[in-house]
Amino acid sequence: MFLEEIIVTIETLNEPTSRIVNVAGLDINIREFGEGKPLVILHRSTGYLEWDAFANKLSESFHVIYPDLPGFGNSERPDWAREARDLSIVMAELFKVLDIKDITLVGLGLGGFIAAELATMNQERLANLVLISPAGIKPVEGEILDQMLIEHADYIRHGLADPSHFENKFGEEVHPDIQDIWEFSRIMTARISWSPYMFNRRLPHLLNIITVPTLIIFGNSDTVIPYTVGQQFIDNLSNGQLEIIDGGGHLVEWEMPDEISELIAGHPR
Amino acid sequence: MLIGRFTERPYQDPSSGYFGATGRSIQDLSISNAEYDPQLGSELYNRYLDEQVAAEEAGFDAIMLNEHHSTPFCMGGTVNTEAAILARITDKVKIVINGNVLPIWDDPLWLAEELATIDMISKGRLVTGWVRGTGRESVAHNAPPPFNWERFQEAHDFIIKAWTTPGPFRWEGEHYDFRYVNPWMRPYQNPHPQIMIPGVVSKNTVKWSAEHRYPYLMLATRLEPTKASFDYYREVAHESGYEAGPQHLGYLFKVHVDETEELAYETGKKFLDGPGNIFLEGSRGTASPVLQNLPGLTDRKNLLPTGEVGFVAASRGRSAADVARDNNSENPDSRNVRAAQTQATLADYDTQLENYTIISGTPKTVIPKIRHVLETLRPGTIFFWDGDGAMTHDDSMRSLRLMGSDVIPAVKEMAKELDLPGSFEIDTQTNEPYNPAPAVAEVAGGGGGA
Repeated sequence: MFLEEIIVTIETLNEPTSRIVNVAGLDINIREFGEGKPLVILHRSTGYLEWDAFANKLSESFHVIYPDLPGFGNSERPDWAREARDLSIVMAELFKVLDIKDITLVGLGLGGFIAAELATMNQERLANLVLISPAGIKPVEGEILDQMLIEHADYIRHGLADPSHFENKFGEEVHPDIQDIWEFSRIMTARISWSPYMFNRRLPHLLNIITVPTLIIFGNSDTVIPYTVGQQFIDNLSNGQLEIIDGGGHLVEWEMPDEISELIAGHPR
Repeated sequence: MLIGRFTERPYQDPSSGYFGATGRSIQDLSISNAEYDPQLGSELYNRYLDEQVAAEEAGFDAIMLNEHHSTPFCMGGTVNTEAAILARITDKVKIVINGNVLPIWDDPLWLAEELATIDMISKGRLVTGWVRGTGRESVAHNAPPPFNWERFQEAHDFIIKAWTTPGPFRWEGEHYDFRYVNPWMRPYQNPHPQIMIPGVVSKNTVKWSAEHRYPYLMLATRLEPTKASFDYYREVAHESGYEAGPQHLGYLFKVHVDETEELAYETGKKFLDGPGNIFLEGSRGTASPVLQNLPGLTDRKNLLPTGEVGFVAASRGRSAADVARDNNSENPDSRNVRAAQTQATLADYDTQLENYTIISGTPKTVIPKIRHVLETLRPGTIFFWDGDGAMTHDDSMRSLRLMGSDVIPAVKEMAKELDLPGSFEIDTQTNEPYNPAPAVAEVAGGGGGA
């Protein structure tokens, strides 16, 4: 993809294959790489940008499947979708269409919200669940940073524990193609999560349904979602484990891909 | 021709720092209402109502109100309340609301009720205008921007049905559900108040207005892009099977009249002071890029010529002064900055006087300029935007007196000579002479009516 040429990456990354799969009447774009048990990553509200070091690392131990969520990237927009749960239903259907089982489902941010909703409805195909700085629950302390009221580049910067990582990745001026992806992603995010923003008041009451092992990862320097939300997840889960990354920001898998992928690989399935 | 008067009813607070171009930057939605003084608000609301009554006495055909939220440049957050009061304390003028921000109403039935009430109290003088609103309005009332245009259209269809179809009926749309629609009030006018659609840059809105044969009111934009947008209206009208005339086109522009040229020059400058609408010509405020660009709010590829100049406000005179102020917003109290701003404001002002975005003078000099606007754009409806910015009550009243004695009579003659009928002379729906059905007539099959 063109973005791989734009984004400066230091290590050599594998080239995933892409294909379009029809799911619930929608064309869904997926990327795949690696051998082993299936691991599905649900991206953040910013959308998929590249096969990054995190995906690359995971593809050393798993068959990584990285879809564009419906309405993001190259996946068709479900005009009817109004909440995160609608995308969860489509993603659960994707697993059926791909006929994958024993899945490690990894959700990042908004993708974590969608993954948690999915697991409350249908966990038969899941081996375990990993939610990395997930949205989905209204914080007891603090608020979720509202991306709708700040410039998107600033929103991304908020996600980083080390602000220099932003420039390392995007350069001094963010490429217009990346800005377009952000803009497009923001529209779908607003369509499903304008209000309430990034949570579902019903979700905490349903989390106890999830029986597969669930790992919640938060950085304690997260300035997008208060990391204490991690404990709120744990309080409602029957089989949850919390990992707090000292000094980790919201985009912790981007800044610390090795540590996070090791935690995932070591999590009981 | 329909000749109206308009002011945004700015919150004029001399102690605020943003009033009178003293240098403090107003960025959209960046000012806490901790600064709001209800005592001052009370005085201003009453002053503006008094001025609207004076406008009627001066001979205006219409007074126009608008709606914005969470901002000092316009006090019309609950514009229907003001309109309802004017309905009772005026006698003849059309009361034009341009307009209610449809997509932010979660309950448009309530809006249909309010407008019908205003129409009845005014005995059929309401002209109702509807807008999509800017990002500010979507944020201030938490309406989802990606569905703004859909909600606008559905709320419109719903209100028209609520006004014209005997209830009770059920409405189950994409964005609104009502199990029982049967408002215990109906508009005084039959079938409903005239609808006018104001706009600035959205091509969709012009197209939609032309398709519905609603008069389109261009808000205070330079002549050339306005003319091009009117041409687009005519083009859509032609494609829709009718020819658009002056009755379909309206124009709002800044006109101040005063006793001497010197006084007019000094007072007209006040348009640029005060907490002006950041989207309009000569504003001292800054638009927030974030609010301008809420996800899915505007189709950025579908703008009118007014928007293609680049940043919208660039076509409306935001230039040197804004740059000076914006660049120095971190240190607004610096004397140099203020001096630079004053100079730049002056430069902007002179430019705007030259390009007709502000007309200020004695009747003798103002009337030929208005003629130039009418000849260039050929609108059937015009609104003089006056008494705004940092203008005082006295400034407004001097202008109103001269409008009444000299300007309005002259413009009425001019409109006849130039053949510019308004939407109350030629029916925009039929292009026939305006001949509305008797008010409050029996609705076919309905139970109500007088």
